[in-house]
Amino acid sequence: MIKVQENDFSLTDEIVLLRKRCENIGALSSFIGIVRDKRENKDLISMTLEHYPGMTEKILNKINIEAHSRWNLIGTTIIHRYGELLPGDQIVLVITASKHRKESIDSCHFIIDWLKTKGPFWKYEKTFDKGYWVEARNKDLEEELKWNN
Amino acid sequence: MKILYFSWIKDKIGKTHEDIHIPDNINTIEDLIILLKDSGESYNEVFKDISSIKVSINMETADFKDQINNNDEIAFFPPMTGG
Repeated sequence: MIKVQENDFSLTDEIVLLRKRCENIGALSSFIGIVRDKRENKDLISMTLEHYPGMTEKILNKINIEAHSRWNLIGTTIIHRYGELLPGDQIVLVITASKHRKESIDSCHFIIDWLKTKGPFWKYEKTFDKGYWVEARNKDLEEELKWNN
Repeated sequence: MKILYFSWIKDKIGKTHEDIHIPDNINTIEDLIILLKDSGESYNEVFKDISSIKVSINMETADFKDQINNNDEIAFFPPMTGG
């Protein structure tokens, strides 16, 4: 299940929903991305996520299909927020369910790594003295590429 | 053709999207960039160094050498920062 939304989400509620629609789950893994309080020692005021409606859903679907083709998964939930977020707010949720732990742990890691560099999102951060677009990190690209092996 | 701009590219050009009609001699994204660079200083500045820009055609990641036509939706944006 894929959702791109402005509203917050609840991990507990999403796990209940996923378990309702899937059978014989033996392992669940989850990842939540959170807006940090500081950027380079400066207090962050807000982080605004811009995205490309339509393409976002398309890419998230592709990432989800790719995860299902690589691992034996019973179910997945991907929720990505957009709009203005404050320090401490939740940004993204990934839940993967499988029979055994390795599939769920590895696929959850894979989905968030691919989301970082393939999801059409751009972050605008504000500190007390300036606002700027966050640049993509080379490290994130390296993390994405390691799944090509 | 619909062209969309995101992130700092949108800020520099000063618009989120625009509709243009491309002439017959514009066949690829590269050609389109040459056309856009000619339409104002802000465009020229944005497309000066395309190594920091990514492009999509009809919401699919694309290359600068890919073919385009007037029915396409093109988007220009910097590398994604999702998650």
